[in-house]
Amino acid sequence: MSTPRTYQTEAIIIKKTKLGEADRILTLYTPHLGKIQAVAKGVRRPKSKMAGHLELLTHSLVSLAHGRNLDTITGSQTINSFLPLKSDLKSGACALYATELVNHFAADSIKNSPLFHLLLNTLHRLCQAADGEVALRYFELHLLDHVGYRPQLHRCVSCSQPLKPAVNSFCSSSGGILCAGCSRGRYPTYPLSIAAQEVLRLLQDNDYDAASRLDIGPALAGELEQAMRQYIRYFSEREIKSARWLDALRKQTEQATLRQR
Amino acid sequence: MNKGQVPATGAINTLIQELNKLPGIGPKSAQRIAYYLLRAHEEQARLLAEAILSLKDKTRLCSVCFNVTETDPCAICSNGQRDHSRVCIVEQPQDILALEHTGTYRGLYHVLHGAISPTEGVGAEDIRGKELLERLRDSPVEEVIMATNPNFEGEQTAMYLSRLISPMGIQVTRLARGLPFGTELEYADDVTLTRAIEGRQQF
Repeated sequence: MSTPRTYQTEAIIIKKTKLGEADRILTLYTPHLGKIQAVAKGVRRPKSKMAGHLELLTHSLVSLAHGRNLDTITGSQTINSFLPLKSDLKSGACALYATELVNHFAADSIKNSPLFHLLLNTLHRLCQAADGEVALRYFELHLLDHVGYRPQLHRCVSCSQPLKPAVNSFCSSSGGILCAGCSRGRYPTYPLSIAAQEVLRLLQDNDYDAASRLDIGPALAGELEQAMRQYIRYFSEREIKSARWLDALRKQTEQATLRQR
Repeated sequence: MNKGQVPATGAINTLIQELNKLPGIGPKSAQRIAYYLLRAHEEQARLLAEAILSLKDKTRLCSVCFNVTETDPCAICSNGQRDHSRVCIVEQPQDILALEHTGTYRGLYHVLHGAISPTEGVGAEDIRGKELLERLRDSPVEEVIMATNPNFEGEQTAMYLSRLISPMGIQVTRLARGLPFGTELEYADDVTLTRAIEGRQQF
């Protein structure tokens, strides 16, 4: 039996690149087919019927036709356009960061529905959250979980002894937190305060409802962000480009508030 | 080169390879153009070659608006008839052509040469935003019109720049986003429709 020529899938548009005169290659993240790439013809023309349904960070129902090389998108209908992400700089940047991570960590055409739902839920959360930090940290930890890099946060990764409530080292190459004795000579390590370790454990062990009740001060939020970024950087083996943009935006906001004073 | 194809040699091969690098021209089109030029009058080939050379020689970017021009400042920036209190921000020089074609806008322009695209590694420092802020400082400009593309990158760029420009006391406006002329409502997406409803106007 031959496979049908066309198929339909839910998808989140996580990346787009220009192709030729008016086409684009889109990277779609789908619940059942994983990460796929497809050609969207004519979407850069103003009269394209599909363009708005295939913009970045849109959750759509997409129809595709099997192609020789890449599949071609034949139709698209928006499920959720995540308008707040497109009308706000900060939450848009956070959402872009999340999709970039999915693009880096997801393998082509490997089904990973939990990851799809994590991304989808994260986009919803970023639409509502005043400050996306907790939602992003929660996303990062659970993304690592779903792609097989879950960090060990409860016991020392090396000697398996329960961790003492003290500043311990977060070590990406070991895959979690190391106790003071085991961290010597390991690289790269990042010192984690007691509070930071507790927050990471709470985010990893609980669902988002519990996590969202966390109230994290700016200093702790900064520490967590840097720790997670350095951990992720090790496994992604490349720079997460949109992280630079998040930093630039934050710097600009800080400067603006300083000027107002 | 595809298998089974006999590679052409010498000058014609060089030309085919060079043409093949152009956008939208594949190996077959490149061959067709190269063999056409081989058979064409020498005059025609010479004109084409000269046009390409003078393109690189004569054109440069306007030091005020960064549009491509042969004179500096460009014809639009140096035109006293135009409205110097308005500046329209576009992503690329071709956008100016489209806007000028309408004949309805009489102000000045500023070309960013790109849009902020964090995942592509294009940040705020890679577009001509700093030059725009320099230009607006102590200038008679009263209104800045954001005409970046109505897609994710264009919107982010417009929001970012407006955050920097508004504190200077300059009015920042955005081109209306709504339904394109000649299309059908049925196929419009949520974002476009939402903005079309928000931006509706009295008859």
